[in-house]
Amino acid sequence: MKKKIFSKRYIIETMIEGSLMLSAVFSIFITLGIIFVLCYESLEFFKEIPIKDFLTGTVWTPLFANPQFGILPLVAGTLLTTAVAVSVALPIGLITAIYLSEYAPHKFRETVKPILELLEAVPTVVYGYFALLFLTPLLQKVFENLSGFNALSPGLIMGIMIVPYVGSVSEDALKAVPMHIREGSYAMGATKLQTAFKVLIPSAFSGIAAAFIMGISRAIGETMIVAIAAGMMPNFTANPMEPIQTLTSYIVQVSLGDLPHGTIEYKTIFAAGIVLFIMTLSFNIIGFWLKKRIREAY
Amino acid sequence: MSTKTKQFNEIIKAEAKNLNFYYGDFHALKGLDFKVSEKKVTALIGPSGCGKTTFLRCFNRMHDLYPNNRYEGEILMYPDEINIVGDNIDPIEVRMRISMVFQKPNPFPKTIYENVAYGLRVRGIRGKDIIDERVEKSLRGAALWDEVKDRLHEHAFNMSGGQQQRLCIARALATDPEILLFDEPTSALDPIATSKVEELIVELKKVLTILIVTHNMQQAARISDYTAFMYVGELVEFGDTDTIFTAPTQKLTEEYITGRFG
Ligand SMILES: Nc1ncnc2c1ncn2[C@@H]1O[C@H](COP(=O)(O)OP(=O)(O)O)[C@@H](O)[C@H]1O
Ligand SMILES: [Mg+2]
Repeated sequence: MKKKIFSKRYIIETMIEGSLMLSAVFSIFITLGIIFVLCYESLEFFKEIPIKDFLTGTVWTPLFANPQFGILPLVAGTLLTTAVAVSVALPIGLITAIYLSEYAPHKFRETVKPILELLEAVPTVVYGYFALLFLTPLLQKVFENLSGFNALSPGLIMGIMIVPYVGSVSEDALKAVPMHIREGSYAMGATKLQTAFKVLIPSAFSGIAAAFIMGISRAIGETMIVAIAAGMMPNFTANPMEPIQTLTSYIVQVSLGDLPHGTIEYKTIFAAGIVLFIMTLSFNIIGFWLKKRIREAY
Repeated sequence: MSTKTKQFNEIIKAEAKNLNFYYGDFHALKGLDFKVSEKKVTALIGPSGCGKTTFLRCFNRMHDLYPNNRYEGEILMYPDEINIVGDNIDPIEVRMRISMVFQKPNPFPKTIYENVAYGLRVRGIRGKDIIDERVEKSLRGAALWDEVKDRLHEHAFNMSGGQQQRLCIARALATDPEILLFDEPTSALDPIATSKVEELIVELKKVLTILIVTHNMQQAARISDYTAFMYVGELVEFGDTDTIFTAPTQKLTEEYITGRFG
């Protein structure tokens, strides 16, 4: 009798444990599956287009009658919007973090931080239209040569979008610096600003760097804002006034059309995808590694 | 409180007059009157929680870093007779003149050299020669120079605990403070490192005034000229260290130094 109860419970336990593990393993397999498809299809692509031409070509016109498959314009577009975004997000994010962590009254911080985190929930399509319909016309009043579609405006908006993320992760890193380190600095006669820049930023360096890198990786992967406001025009340029196309917005554009499976145009999605994947993955790995180092610092 | 001391024929560096301190509603220091002689070591002893750290941190206005803390009364610093805890005095100005070494070594995440140079840089002192010279002088002053002169540009976190604490002393010395505060500076150190720091403190009183909190009565007896015994926020007895340890006038002091409580 006793044994029977035991074995019944045992079976249930095993089943629960098994299904928990299954769902964990499941998501890993899905991810691996996606990576596999990505690699497989892009290998198919590289059977037709030499990898060297792909990586060094400066013209990307896969849908034209006489197609060319140089990825550089898309990489340039991606880096350009990312650079604009980062030049906004990193300084503003860091300043926000320093303000919240070192200057703001406790109550203010407790109110503002959740709001910042809420801002991350604004759908990117809203930001995209904001860039196209509000910011670009505004900027055109200052820069007359700014195209209706350009890298600048979505880049700036993307930067604003990333500020809460960079700010809140950096703030966590600053807050994690032990109080006795701050006291050491104040005891030497330092001001708040000197303490923040000379002691706290170096102390929280890994965490802040991780915030920066994750922010950059978000900018690289951002899709909707650039798809709406940057122009869908592959353009090998470093001029943010011009329309451009990023890797992500190219993928969106092509995925929206109905390209037959197996065509070379179809495979370009995966080739562009794997470049994007490698770019964001490497930033995430660096960020992850840096984040792990914070915990070892003290 | 009783004051039976040879202190009256010495120069007084600082003097607390009816000093009260509050953490919010909590009255942590109750009407302290207290004199610190120049170029002497004054020790603060007393059971844990009696307010030694609280008192010490009034001298460099550390309490200003946290909200709801309040000073009442005065701590005068001589010769200019400014009230250190006065509302009209900028805490940074006070900290420029009175430096502190903490209970736990707290070097900055920088090189040994940059740790010592920190106070100079904060004061806007430029010029490699001047800074080099002051760094060396301070490290010598902290009896650390010979151990680190070949690795000044290594990270301070690679040093041992005792070395880190002496680095913090060097950091505090670099800006020529008038008073140096120590809050149980050896409580995190092993006996050898402790005796090095103790020797150093005795050496340092040749050039500056020292106020030290210690949990260790032998330490107070070994290194201090004057000793103050505190109990629940009050100053029970103050006097020459010899007198306090051999012939205390207060019963409470006697009970404490003979180890009957604390
Ligand atoms: N930040 C603080 N807020 C409120 N009370 C405090 C704070 N720090 C210390 N106290 C209290 O003040 C009293 C004196 O503390 P402290 O000066 O640290 O004592 P000691 O250094 O002699 O051990 C204790 O009762 C302690 O609980
Ligand atoms: Mg204490």
